[in-house]
Amino acid sequence: MNKQQAIFDLALWMGDNTLILGHRLSELCGHGPILEQDIALTNIALDLVGQSRMWLSLAGEVEGKDRTEDDFAYYRGERDFTNVKLVEMPNHHWGYVIARQFIYDAHHLAILEQLVDSSDQAIADIAAKAIKEVQYHLRFSSEWMIRMGDGTAVSHEKAQTSLEDLAPYIKSLTLTDEISTFAAAEGIGFDAGRVEQEAWATMQKVLEEATLKLEPSEYYHKGGKQGLHTEHMGFILAEMQSVVRAMPGNTW
Amino acid sequence: MIEKNLNQIFQARIDSEEKIEARDWMPEKYRQTLIRQISQHAHSEVVGMLPEGNWITRAPSLRRKVALLAKVQDEAGHGLYLYSAAETLGAKRSDLIQQLLDGTAKYSSIFNYPTLSWADIGAIGWLVDGAAIMNQVMLCRTSYGPYARAMVRICKEESFHQRQGYEIMIALSKGSEEQKAMAQDALNRWWWPSLMMFGPNDAESKHTAQSMAWKIKRKTNDELRQAFVDATVPQAEYLGLTIPDADLKWNEERGHYDFGPIDWDEFWQVVKGYGQCNKERIAARRKAEEEGEWVREAALAYAEKQRIKKENQKTKVA
Repeated sequence: MNKQQAIFDLALWMGDNTLILGHRLSELCGHGPILEQDIALTNIALDLVGQSRMWLSLAGEVEGKDRTEDDFAYYRGERDFTNVKLVEMPNHHWGYVIARQFIYDAHHLAILEQLVDSSDQAIADIAAKAIKEVQYHLRFSSEWMIRMGDGTAVSHEKAQTSLEDLAPYIKSLTLTDEISTFAAAEGIGFDAGRVEQEAWATMQKVLEEATLKLEPSEYYHKGGKQGLHTEHMGFILAEMQSVVRAMPGNTW
Repeated sequence: MIEKNLNQIFQARIDSEEKIEARDWMPEKYRQTLIRQISQHAHSEVVGMLPEGNWITRAPSLRRKVALLAKVQDEAGHGLYLYSAAETLGAKRSDLIQQLLDGTAKYSSIFNYPTLSWADIGAIGWLVDGAAIMNQVMLCRTSYGPYARAMVRICKEESFHQRQGYEIMIALSKGSEEQKAMAQDALNRWWWPSLMMFGPNDAESKHTAQSMAWKIKRKTNDELRQAFVDATVPQAEYLGLTIPDADLKWNEERGHYDFGPIDWDEFWQVVKGYGQCNKERIAARRKAEEEGEWVREAALAYAEKQRIKKENQKTKVA
């Protein structure tokens, strides 16, 4: 195991998470509950896909096999994607979408707060750019958690149920393996324990105001990083890659 | 008598190129014409998000995906400016949206055509946005101030969209045989509907004369259509694509391209609600509206709670 591998592993994980979540949000473009919110959610989708491009390009550079951002996005199969399962979860309704976003944002921000000080300059640079965007994402999703939690009985119930349904998917954002532990020790990556602590502190503060409850789930779903995904993932990729795979080798 | 004088003063202001502002006196019919036109325009932007949105998840590169997302988002933004411009005339956004959903308000028929391949995203940017720009550049000088100002901003973004669409067409037409065929097929399907976007021939257009007198419109449908054809033919030639019109040829005497007859039966079929996607587009908007109802209610309920909380705090301080 070496530093290059650790950078590759981290860049790919960040790139896959942001790509799949950005893709999920992009499905909602034109279908939002209010025009202003449609615009806001599309903004977040744009930021995430934009960040993914930077992470995947970095992965390609350190890998040294001439793979581009699009090679990673369009020419890998499901088992090669390393994203957490949380980001694959479908857009059931606004409450679910926001809860998924809120959980991801709280962790994403805590991760980036460490990555801005990464010993790898390229990682630190991407994190520095992304962190401003993610601060806004968290503000947006927090405000909506509060509005839903402290809005009507219906919105409260929808937000609460969504949090409970998503709870088993939270832990995987801070699971470690040999390479991520190495990356953290080398100052390349992040300390997952600290991220977990900070993300939960952030979430609890917002949820208290929202009059909602979230507890760490005793059981949780592993596997995303190892290429084991939910049943949804195959459909995401089938759709996302359809044009490129039908006419491989073309420039678009 | 007073009304007659007001009308004369109003027309004099229009004739001397003064902009009419929201608080100025205006004939009721001018107001209603503008509300109808601006809200149709707003609805077109919002419904227009759907055919292109159909390809966001399948965009064939991440760069294209981001560009398309940004474009569709811009359309939502245009919808917002335009609803706001309509509100300056006393219309309510929620009423206007309701008219769209119950089918009493129209929107541009072009969005009732289906997007069947990735090349359609290029063709829409190039042709549909190109046609829209012809109309919108004119509207930047429309007599109603808030509408004219909204259009200035919209035009800047639209011309960027058009270049983006054309760039997709360049990539496809310089690409593999398959890609080129895809581009040609998209041009074949979008060409005639794009010409129809300018509306009926001048002789048939019921609103044109009054709108021209009020300088809401400054060019007729046929003038704009001709300008579009003249601008677009060389662009198709550059792409090496063939415009699907056997009658298309340069007329030296007129200094314009002649083009073949438009299938007005098809135009009216789509306007009357029987295009390929009329039902689906409205159904998609209704679904967003219905599924968003509890969300809007939650936001209002929360805002109301906050307001009461603030008031109570004020009372305590006092």
